[in-house]
Amino acid sequence: MKMSQAPTNTTTRVSSFVLMIIFIVLALSLTALILAVSASYQNQVVAGYLLLMGFLGVALSAYFLFQTRRRILSLRIEVPPVTTTVECKKCGFKSVREFQRGDYVFKDMGACQKCNEKMLITAIYREVKERGKEKSRF
Amino acid sequence: MNVLAVMATLQNQIAQEPLGEYSWILTIVFYAFFFVFMFYGQRIQMYVMIREVEGSLYKLKYMKDEGRKITIETIKEVGKPQTDPTARVDRFLDYFIIPPQSMDPAGIVWKLEHILDVRDVRLKDEVKLMAPSADETQTNNLENTLEVASELNYIYKMIRHFYLLGKKTLSLYVIMQIQMILPLIMREAEAYTTALKAFAYGQPIGDGAGALVAARLMHGYEIRKVPKDNVVASVPIEGRAAFVIKAEGPGGNVGKPGDAVKTIVEENEGKIATIIMIDALMKLEGEEVGEVAEGVGAAIGGPGVDQFKIEDSILKYRIPVNAVAIKQDIGDNVSPMRKEISEAVDKAIERVKQVILEKTKEGDKVIVVGVGNSIGIGQ
Repeated sequence: MKMSQAPTNTTTRVSSFVLMIIFIVLALSLTALILAVSASYQNQVVAGYLLLMGFLGVALSAYFLFQTRRRILSLRIEVPPVTTTVECKKCGFKSVREFQRGDYVFKDMGACQKCNEKMLITAIYREVKERGKEKSRF
Repeated sequence: MNVLAVMATLQNQIAQEPLGEYSWILTIVFYAFFFVFMFYGQRIQMYVMIREVEGSLYKLKYMKDEGRKITIETIKEVGKPQTDPTARVDRFLDYFIIPPQSMDPAGIVWKLEHILDVRDVRLKDEVKLMAPSADETQTNNLENTLEVASELNYIYKMIRHFYLLGKKTLSLYVIMQIQMILPLIMREAEAYTTALKAFAYGQPIGDGAGALVAARLMHGYEIRKVPKDNVVASVPIEGRAAFVIKAEGPGGNVGKPGDAVKTIVEENEGKIATIIMIDALMKLEGEEVGEVAEGVGAAIGGPGVDQFKIEDSILKYRIPVNAVAIKQDIGDNVSPMRKEISEAVDKAIERVKQVILEKTKEGDKVIVVGVGNSIGIGQ
């Protein structure tokens, strides 16, 4: 199971009732926009109000849809990949690969590709890329 | 073009009659807002706080559920139980410890140690029942995974308690106290969630920085076991005989460094020139991850039993104790070890050698203790 996968439990399920309301508002807003276009030939004031309502409705439903998506994304916990360094103590040959279950530091591995000597896991770590880290003056 | 014309008409109408005959509506709205905020301002503020806590509670519930799920999956995968371990896991998630009574504090350390020992034995037995096919290393890792899942469950329940209490009593102060510390609690919970995978897979964690330093020093030398769950190797460093101690790995284990230090000190009749303890230290904001700092005193966290024992042993023979710390934050401490921490191990070894050179003479005996969880770190 990968924790960076999309969460699937009950906490992250979006209520179908909320989704239904959002889509009804979206449909009504789009109808208002269409009506506004057709009303613009007869009564420009009514058309203006319809236009305003339509735009507001579309903006609101888009905002709530975006918020729902953001809530699900905020629940996702990113786990950066962990790498294992396998090293030959004799010739210094190094290989870096993804962590596999059962790896541990100082575990004896297979023979070295270059000198046929025993290889050893020397490090297991994860690399973190700090996003948007602002440089402090202090 | 039509749309532009409609917008222009609407704009003109609003411009011609900014308030018009409906200005009284605005006045009423203004007064309504004024009175609502005057009488219900605090309540509105409380609802905003409750919403904020509710949002975090959703996240905590997700983390708690993931913790439970990962634990059950790992037990099934590693332990190959005959029956479904779900009920046992659920029972363990609510497990608690009652600390000893401290009205008369004399001897409280030994009472606390006893209670922690009982808990450890109980936990080990539970894990063995849940995962009969797991070996020693896997059992230790499963114990740690269960502990993390239990911690996440506890955090969720505590926040839920204050959230529901706040809603029930409608007291601003009940909800405010939890809302104020919520960012710190969420950081801790996120750290535990990332730790789950590390413990389930047996990856080294940031807390193991001290153990990794000791492992690098003792690797290739003869190793023997010392109480409790520790290993020691006699390593020549700069012409001195160094007894390097760490918790036995690669299973998730912190051992009892207090007992190990006491054993080595007694074996050498107190003739130890210095003790150097290496541990992970919580960094302050602004400090870099993997910074190495030096000081004096017993560098060891936990409930305090081992620190007490080490201080007791060194006081008896007046042995100086030095500390080398590798800095990291709470998130790094329990999640898979960061590259910066792994690289800081070399700097810490240099610092240990420097302390040995400066504080001892050739032929002296020293103790080097790598404190921390040995998960994913052999020797």
